[in-house]
Formats: sequence, C-alpha cells, structure tokens
Amino acid sequence: MAHPNDRKYSNEHEWVLVDGDVATIGITSFAQDQLGEVVYVDLPDAGDTITAGDTFGEIESVKSVSELFAPVTGEILEVNDGLADTPETVNKDPHDAGWMIKVKLDDASEYDGLMSAEEYDDFVTQG
Amino acid sequence: MTSAHTTPTGAPKRGPRELIFELGAPESSCVLAPEMDVPEIDLSAALGGAIRSAAPALAQVTELEIMRHYAHLAEMNFGVDSGFYPLGSCTMKYNPRINEDAARLEGFAGLHPYQPVDTIQGALQLMVELSESLAEVSGLPGVTLQPAAGAHGELTALMCFRAAHTAAGDPRKKVIIPNTAHGTNPATVTMCGYETVTIPSDERGLVDLEALKAALDEDVAAFMLTNPNTLGLFDPQILEITAAVHSVGAYAYCDGANLNAVMGKTRPGDQGFDALHINLHKTFSTPHGGGGPGSGPVCVTADLARFLPGPLPVRAEEGFSLESPEESIGRVRSFYGNFGVLVRAYAYVKALGGEGLREVSEQAVLSANYMRVRLNDVFDVPFDRTCMHEFVMSGARQKREGGVRTLDMAKRLLDYGFHPPTVYFPLLVEEALMIEPTETEPLSALDAFIGAMRAIAEEAASDADVVKGAPYTTPVKRLDEARAARETILRYRPEQ
Amino acid sequence: MRYIPITCEQREAMLRAVGVEQVDDLFADVPEAARLNRPLDIEPGMSEIELAGHLRRLSAENTPATWLVSFAGAGIYDHYIPSVVDHVLRKPEFFTAYTPYQPEVSQGTLQAIFEYQTMICELTGMEVANASMYDGATAFVEAALMACRVTKRGRVLVAGSVHPEWIETLDTYAESGMLEVDVIDFDGGRLAAVDVAAALDDTVAAVLIASPNFIGVLEDVEGIIAAAHEAGALAVVAANPILLGVMTPPGEMGADIVVGEGQPLGNAMSLGGPDLGFFACREKNVRQMPGRVVGQTVDTDGERAFVLTLSTREQHIRREKATSNICSNHALNALAAAVYLSAVGSEGLAGIARACVAKAHYLRDQLIATGKFSAVWDEAFGYEFALAYDGDAMDLHHDLLEKGFLAGVVLETAEDGPDLMLFAVTEKRTRAEIDAFVKEVQAL
Repeated sequence: MAHPNDRKYSNEHEWVLVDGDVATIGITSFAQDQLGEVVYVDLPDAGDTITAGDTFGEIESVKSVSELFAPVTGEILEVNDGLADTPETVNKDPHDAGWMIKVKLDDASEYDGLMSAEEYDDFVTQG
Repeated sequence: MTSAHTTPTGAPKRGPRELIFELGAPESSCVLAPEMDVPEIDLSAALGGAIRSAAPALAQVTELEIMRHYAHLAEMNFGVDSGFYPLGSCTMKYNPRINEDAARLEGFAGLHPYQPVDTIQGALQLMVELSESLAEVSGLPGVTLQPAAGAHGELTALMCFRAAHTAAGDPRKKVIIPNTAHGTNPATVTMCGYETVTIPSDERGLVDLEALKAALDEDVAAFMLTNPNTLGLFDPQILEITAAVHSVGAYAYCDGANLNAVMGKTRPGDQGFDALHINLHKTFSTPHGGGGPGSGPVCVTADLARFLPGPLPVRAEEGFSLESPEESIGRVRSFYGNFGVLVRAYAYVKALGGEGLREVSEQAVLSANYMRVRLNDVFDVPFDRTCMHEFVMSGARQKREGGVRTLDMAKRLLDYGFHPPTVYFPLLVEEALMIEPTETEPLSALDAFIGAMRAIAEEAASDADVVKGAPYTTPVKRLDEARAARETILRYRPEQ
Repeated sequence: MRYIPITCEQREAMLRAVGVEQVDDLFADVPEAARLNRPLDIEPGMSEIELAGHLRRLSAENTPATWLVSFAGAGIYDHYIPSVVDHVLRKPEFFTAYTPYQPEVSQGTLQAIFEYQTMICELTGMEVANASMYDGATAFVEAALMACRVTKRGRVLVAGSVHPEWIETLDTYAESGMLEVDVIDFDGGRLAAVDVAAALDDTVAAVLIASPNFIGVLEDVEGIIAAAHEAGALAVVAANPILLGVMTPPGEMGADIVVGEGQPLGNAMSLGGPDLGFFACREKNVRQMPGRVVGQTVDTDGERAFVLTLSTREQHIRREKATSNICSNHALNALAAAVYLSAVGSEGLAGIARACVAKAHYLRDQLIATGKFSAVWDEAFGYEFALAYDGDAMDLHHDLLEKGFLAGVVLETAEDGPDLMLFAVTEKRTRAEIDAFVKEVQAL
C-alpha cells in the first residue's frame, strides 16, 4: 500500500498535495480499498468554500456511503468533473487521476498539522 | 462447466432471456377493447387537444407468449414454495392457500372503497375482528389497519407520538434507537422530523441500560426497540427499559418485526410499550409478493388511540361503521389499508385461533434454538445464549481462516438449493448470518440446511475457491453490481 | 398444529438437543411480570372446511360493486382485468418470494419490475421510474418530499382539485415539519394557471396537480408547469394511467415528477388496497428518487441480468439520511400492472381509453337530458365527471342501489341547493347498462 511521500494525510483518509497555495485533495489508496468499487462521487461546485473538519461530499460504493471530510479550509478552485462519468478512477488511480478538488489554502498551518506518509501508514496499520 | 456437448442447439435454456418487449410482433395482441356501442366521439376535442403523438411502446404479444414469458421468469425466482428460506427478520413462513382464495372472493375483491357502508358490512366486520385480535395479541387496545407496510406503520406511530407530545405542549426533538435497529427506524425518525440518537448495545447484545438512561431527557420523544431484538434475543431488562423511557415522559415503541417469537407468551403492551407495528406479511402469513404488498397495522395504548389515523372500522349500534378518532393525525394513505392483505391475515387468525398462535411462536423459537445448537460448533455465535425465533452467527472464523466471506457462503447455499439467511445485518456482528427458520418448516428441512451449512464450512476450510466462485447452478451467475450502479440502465430501450 | 409439520416426537428430540425440558424454558428471559399467564382471548381455530364456509358467508355480507352496475370512481375504477393477470400472480415463485436481494435467484421478480419500470416511463413520457410505491397518495407525498430535496426548498403548493384524501395524506406528513403545504383554491372545475403563478415564489419547491383532477376535469397542465418552472419550482403531475394510452404524457409537457394510482392497470378494487403508486422522474434527479429501483447489468458470464441498484439512497444503507423510509414496493401489484399492459398492448390500451371517454361523455349527455342533472362547469374531462343533482343525492343513490346500480359517489349535499355527484364510466359498462341506468333515473 504505497502512500506517496510528496503529500500529507488526514485521519479521515484524505490526501493533500500542495503546490504554492493550491491544495489538491483526494482519498487514499487505503480508503478506496476499504470502500470497494466506487460507483458515485458527489462533489461540491467550484467557488464553494470548504472548512477543515466539515464534510464536503460523499463517496458511494455499491452498498455503502461515506462522507468526505475536508482536511483543510479554503475556496474550491476546481473540481474533477471526470469522476461523474468514471468514478472507478478513484479505485484505479486514487493518488493522481482520482483527485477530487483543488482548493486555495486559507491557512497553511492546517496542512502542516496533517500526517506524513509514514505516520499515515502507521495510523492505518494500527487500525 | 459448459454443457455444450449434451445440450442440443436451440434447446430452451434456464437463465437470462428476452425482455417482453423483444417478443411478439407489431400486430400481436391479447385483449382488446370492447366494440364501441355508444356514439364515437372526437377524442382530441373531448380531451382538450391533449392527445399523444406516438403510442407508448408497450409489448405486443399474444396470451400464450405472456404466459410463457412469465413462466420462464417464475422459473428464475426462488420463493417459499421453492424451498427453505431462512431469511432472518423476514419470517418467510408458508403462505396458506385458503388465504389467497379468500382475498379473491368477489365479495371482497370487488368492493369499491366508496360504496355505502351498509353494502360493506362483511368487510368492516372482518376489519374490526382482525383489529380486536391484533389488540389481544399485542396487549395494546387501539388499532389502525391503514399503514401499508412496516416502515409505514413506524411512521404512523411516531406521528401519533408527535401529536400526543404536541398536545401536551412540546413535540420534543429526538428519538433514541439502539445500534442493532433496522434501517427503517432511523429513516422513519428523520421523516417524522426528529433527530436520531443511537445508543450502543451492551456486551450481551442487549440494550445498554446505562447508555439509554444517559441519553434520556425531556427532549426525547420516543425510544424505538425491536424486542426480541435483531440478534434474536429477548431483552430481560424490558420492564426497566420502558419504565426509564416513561420516566422522562417519552414513549416506548416496539418494532414488531419479531412478533412471531412471542405470540401468546408475552405482549408488548404488558412489557410497557406504548405502540407497536405488526408486519402482517411476516407474523400473520400473508405473502411477501416479491417485495410487497405487505401491511403494517399499528397498535397503541388506550391513551394514544385518539390520535390514530382515520377512518377506523368500528362496531356501531347496529352492525359496523367507519369513524375517525377525535384528535386523529389524519390519513397516512388513501382509503382503509391494504384490505386484500387484511383478508389473508384474518383467515390466518381464524384458522389458528389463540391457542394456534401460541403454538406458532413456541415452535418458531424451538426450531431456531435447535438450529443454533446444531451449528454453533462450526460457526461463531457471538451472543450464544437461548434465542427467540432467530439467531445471528458470524462468518468471521471462515473469513479469517480461508478468506471466505459470508457473502460467498450465502452464494454457495444457493447451489445447495437453499435461500441464504439475511447477511451483514445487524451491523454489530462481523460477517453476520441471521437465521430464522419459522415454525412451518419440517425437521427434515432444518436438518438439510444444517447439513449444507456444515458442508460449506468444510469447503471453506479445504477448498475456499469453490465457495468464493459460487453460485454455479443458478439461472445467472454473480452480477456486476458496480456496473449497474455506475451505468444506471433503469429501463429498456430497443437499441440496447 | 395447523401449518406446523413438527411431530410430538420430533419436538421432544429437538428439546433434548437444545438441552431444555420444556418449551417454556426457552422463554426464561421474559420477566415474570410481562408474561401472559392465560390463553389468548381469540376463538379456537377453525378447520379449513369451516373456514372456507365462514369466509364465503362473510364476503357475501357485502354487495360488491362488481355485482352491481357501477359508476363509482374517485380514485378506484372498475376496469376489466384480463384473465391472464391473475394466472401470473398466482405463480408461487412470484408471490411467495421476498424482496429480490439475492439477484441470482430473483431474476424473475427483477426482470418483471425492470419491464414494469419501462412501461411506466413509456406511459408517462419520463426517463426513469421506480419499482412502485404503496398507492397514489403516498407516491404523491413522496414526490413533494423529493421536490424539497431537489430544490432545497421547504414549501409545496398543491392544487385544491387533487383527491381530498391525497391532500389529507400530504397534510399528515407535513405535520412532521418536513415540509409546508399550501392549497391553491380553484373555481369552475379546474385551476387557473394565473392563480398558480400568483401563489408562487422562490420558497416553493413544487406545484402538485392531478390531471384529470378529483372531479374528472383535465387541468391546464402545460400552463401550470410553465408557471412552476418560471419560479424555479418543480412540477409534479398525477395522471390516470389508462388515459395515458391516448393523452399527451406529462413528461412531454415538461413535468419533473409524474405519479399516479396504478390500480386501473389490472388490479382488483379490493376496497381500495392493495394497489400501487407509480412514480417517474427525470434521470438527473434519480439520486433523490425514493423507493427501490431495478437496473440492468451483466453476470460474470457476460449475460444480461438485473439487480436492485442505487441502493445507497435507501434506508438500509443511508439510515437517517435516506431519501425515504420506504423499504418495500408493491411488487405484486406492479407485476399485475405489467401483465395488464402487456395483455392489452398500446392499441388495446388506447381502445380502452377511447371507450371509457366515449361512454362517459354519452352518460353525461344522457343524464343532463333527463332534466334532473345539470352541468356545473364545461371543461374537458376524461371518463369521470361531476354533475349537480336537483334533489337529494343520498336518496337517489340509495334508490338506485335497490335497483342494482352504484350511482357514482355523492360529493356534496346541500340543504338549500343542488347536490354534487361524481360518475365514472369504464369500458366495462355497456350502452344497454347506461341506458337502463338513465331510464331508472328518469323514472325516480
């Protein structure tokens, strides 16, 4: 279960990859594996604001629904519209093509407070 | 696995087949409208010009094609008549045939709901007597037969609670449920405008009384409990539970899904419940119909009876009539309920009588316990104590040892000719298998199922792939459910 | 011992296997104070031969509409049910099955419902339909709740011309605070689109109408839909499925949700239940649709097959966040509707609709010609209409019953004015029956 080192992770199983003040957010490989086959992703619209700790969307497998929790606060710049037609991308490529939203970071310290890949690996193996 | 060598080309096969729209011919028809014996009219003018430009694309088939089509579809279905159907919490008992005949008697099936009351005296008598029987079984004297299903009954009861609290000055805000509750309970709570508060179960799988007490306050409108619960356990603290609920002025609601365990032994009213819904399609032998129609009458205390949805069939000075309770919440549907289902349930009560109903529950409980003790050495039974009419095993051991999941074992059971138990419910048991044999199954069927489960447990240990690849003998194999949810093809189109 | 196959000897063996002496030991968890220490006060069971006689006698205490020449409608209609319908319904593989949660052994139910959904889409002109609901009234309420979810608004406007029991049901649900309901009054048989437009604002989730309405009149469906859309509200239209054989489908006129009472499609009147509510909507809103739905997929051999899908909307998964608490459908009634529609086909359905409309118009003309009835409005109608009766309608109804006629439904009685009666005429009524009925009216 490779969780790349170029980004940080939340305890709600989202990853955050920062480039300047833009954060790209998706769910982890571990999370997609737990969910099983993803059939639908419900995401907010560009222009909306998300707040760290609050839900910003939902992800569905055949027989489960999980909420997506915002790991950081900020305005949504872009949404991965391709997931509407091919939600399975979240399973196939969770850390890259399966990204969900891009956010303009309000507060960089929120990012700093997230887990490193190593810490996240420990977090999921300890259950 | 192929049978190509033994099956002649063109032989009819079991399994996937044409949709009815793919049969027949454009000019085929079965039943046509009668000859027009009144003057023809200008239809467009009569209907204000709202005439459709193209006919709906319905099937164009002959009567034989219809009967064959549905005969083939029926072959691909499994019902109680096909074999043992130990689906926990669903009470898949035998559906007596006289009930079917009764509901089809023209004196019942041919009734229009707005006929004058003096022309439906037999129907009203039937409904009154059925209500009285349900009141006696439940120990709760107020009865409405209007709700169309269990979930509809739950909603009706919560609406009565809301009305009663509102009449007392405050509708309140929350409803408490245990974490073993059916999904309909929290969904109903939301639909009735309340907030759901979920409490844990204790280590025995019962209501955590301390957690309940901690959650109870003056904002709580009700506590909803299935008793016996979804683990098949009767909660021995029931009197303390209902007393605690009442102590804050809240109502105690009994989800009657499991009433088949306790008829004539103990009554929800005597346990302190204020309201109960009864699934006539479970306990009272009316068929499930492939998903409905059911019927979910609600029984309430004398105090709450004034809030029931009307109209109610009642005894009048002479004969029977219809009457709405004074502070009725109003209708929860049109007309009087699923009358055809009520006829079947009435016939069942008449066939069994009070003594017969008690025997039903006693045998249902004995059969479940018999299966439990015959299976608890090969499967984990997390709450292994005397159960009521059903019990919950876990496939955790099989998952751990051979990687075989409960879903796999369920599918493998199909190859052995059985309908699987309820799986993955209640949520609190890992890899749950919930087994409800019902009283109508012969011992030979119980033993055969026990044998199949034990054989599958062995397969899971010795040849896990066989179980994981099941089923092999069904009309279709495992389905791509993810594809169904992603592509959402919900209707036929000719080009598909 | 009725329906219980376990013998005394077997019971003893089972008790021994469990390790208890008597059945009562299995009920030890029931506290003493909650035990029923007496027999249930329900009469002893009957033998089947007694029971058959009892049921037959009880049913004969009724005088069913089908033994009479019936003109009663108001939501439930006396249409002919082709013989094939009940022969299909009696197949135990259909009626003794549970909800098709195990698709490998439920393809019969699943495919039949998929076909039903297709037929409802065809009739209503909509893109998707669910597997059916309890009845027209509850489908109507669910449509209002769905409109609130889709628009994120909390108020609906319902036409006062809708079946009063449906409005009452909507009001009952509204008491929960889940939605607010306002009724739009009408005058002259139907709603005026301008009145609808005037009542609309940006808090309204939906306008709900029925066409034909309760008193049989066809509404200005297009005008009302346009008004609703203008205000950003959804348009919910309840329709009669028989008339949809010839009438413009509400979907073609822009309706967002189409519902209705499906009883006319091959279901017995049965005192008004069980019947079915059909429910159809736009594909873009399907995730807010209540109730179960069947979808097409393939099995591991690549064969076409069917399965319950979009389940994440439903109570068993989403629990308190579900789109509805409904956990069943009226599958057997939907099966009856599907068999019915296949038996009559589009040509037969159109012929039945045409016959109903022609016969209803004939009866209305004949009743007015007696001089005892008068028209209260002059709007287009389907196969049901209301007339004012210049006399005591209850007396008339009663007298005609004695002659073997069910003279529709008395809607209103007034001390100092004409009473209002509602008549429905289906394809079952012959000209001879209609003429005989009019003759009796004339003679009274």
